[in-house]
Amino acid sequence: MGTSDKKIYRIEIITRPERLEDLKDALRAVRVTGMTVSQVYGCGLSTGFREVYRGQAVEVNLLPKVKVEIVACEIDPDIIIEAATKACHTGQIGDGKIFVTEVADAVRIRTGERGPAAIMDRQEESAIVDKRVSGNYKD
Amino acid sequence: MNSGDTAFMLIAMAMVMLMTPAIALFYGGMVRVKNVLNTIMQCIVVMGLVSTQWILGGYSLSFGPDLGHLVGNLDWSLFTGVGLAANETYAATIPHALFALFQMMFAIITVGIISGSFVERIKFWPFFLFALIWTTIVYDPVAHWVWGDGGWLKDKGILDFAGGTVIHILSGVSGLVVALVVGKRAGYGRMPMIPHNLPLIIMGMAFLWFGWFGFNGGSALAANGIAAHAMVTTQTAAGIGLLTWIGLETWATGKPTTLGAASGAVSGLVAITPGAGFIPVWSSLIIGAVGGVVCFFAVTQLKNKLRYDDSLDAFGIHGIGGIWGAIATGLFASKEINPAGADGLFFGNIEQLWIQILGVLACLVFAVVVTYIVIKLMTLCMRVRADEGEQIVGMDTMEHGERGYAYMDSLGALSFSNPLTEGCKHKL
Repeated sequence: MGTSDKKIYRIEIITRPERLEDLKDALRAVRVTGMTVSQVYGCGLSTGFREVYRGQAVEVNLLPKVKVEIVACEIDPDIIIEAATKACHTGQIGDGKIFVTEVADAVRIRTGERGPAAIMDRQEESAIVDKRVSGNYKD
Repeated sequence: MNSGDTAFMLIAMAMVMLMTPAIALFYGGMVRVKNVLNTIMQCIVVMGLVSTQWILGGYSLSFGPDLGHLVGNLDWSLFTGVGLAANETYAATIPHALFALFQMMFAIITVGIISGSFVERIKFWPFFLFALIWTTIVYDPVAHWVWGDGGWLKDKGILDFAGGTVIHILSGVSGLVVALVVGKRAGYGRMPMIPHNLPLIIMGMAFLWFGWFGFNGGSALAANGIAAHAMVTTQTAAGIGLLTWIGLETWATGKPTTLGAASGAVSGLVAITPGAGFIPVWSSLIIGAVGGVVCFFAVTQLKNKLRYDDSLDAFGIHGIGGIWGAIATGLFASKEINPAGADGLFFGNIEQLWIQILGVLACLVFAVVVTYIVIKLMTLCMRVRADEGEQIVGMDTMEHGERGYAYMDSLGALSFSNPLTEGCKHKL
């Protein structure tokens, strides 16, 4: 496919848990077909909240967030960033951050493909990709 | 013998049995996730231990033929002579064996309650040994003093309908003594130690409340008006205790909590226990409400001021609530309600109040002294306290080799803490 000159990069989006579904839709719309999601705790300028258990007060300043990691290659990172920003933006403190880093290498475990080929959609699977991107999750 | 009384007492006995697993859930929800099983286990194992001890000799020590007004002798060991016929002294209309079994459930839950003071830091087998010694040399004699035929407090005329002194004061105070001797949990005061499962606490409270009808109602030992009366006062005291607690915490910290509702209900139940079948219904509102107030301040203020680590407030709720309940019985008891009882201060008999206070002090001093000696000797002979590394990993993994919620991976903490815990060798 002659893609060895393309850069692989990783986009980490840390944002509000309640934005996750919108974010997934927005990413799918720009043909991001894979992602890793983790539940994380974080603090920034958000204020936390206070809990009291039998008089024992607990200040909770680490708030639950989700972290969505995407590794991509042929999609312009700006497109992904723009889609993610739009999906996660509320304008309030606590919307989160997006970090972009370069990735040295990648391996698709199923096929043993390396580099950009490992993370780009395979041509013989483009029918499946089209189905998924259009929101059809049945086989 | 009366088949109605017997049928009622059979059910009441089973209801009280349910209260020990209930307190296991109540306590289990209140600890951190890594200690849930150990906490539950300390209550559950007591069901095996005290059941066995009670048959072997515990019942005889508590209710058997009197020795010097202090303890029963061992004539009734292995329930010798405790059979299908009624015992005229204790309960004339039900089988003696049923009375003994009903009392066994009280002995079990008392030891279960104690554990709430020192969970999350005491090793399992030392706890087991402590429970056996404690129930034999603290619970059994005091049960004899108050309820046993010839017991010195009973002879003085103490009123304890369902176990305010014997059960709640003894367990609360003894728990505190163990907590003080064994020391605070590692990190206490530096890191938050908050309940891991509030719904579990509510489930425990629900079963406790349900069982309490058997506990207080059944203490009438017959299916009669006194049993019904005790159930009425039980319900009203629990209800107003709940309201009092959530009202106070809303005033103090701004929000009503489910933990506060559960704590308030249990405080009301504890407070009404000694008086349930002796006091008029209107006074149950006062007893329950004041129970909520004193327990609330014991748990939220006294504990922080004096800086002791009563893990789950067995002292704050059972000790303090029990003391208030025993004294309140001396204030509100009325012969109009229960001719077998006595009049309290508000019905013209100040003498009863002094007897109640004497009973409280006797139980308090005895529990403190004997428990202190037992736990102190134990700490000299063996390692009672889990060390810091073991506490970091959690008592479930260290003491039982299992986790309450296998999907919540604590292996990270495990590998981090292994070097700290020498002496943890597995034989497998």
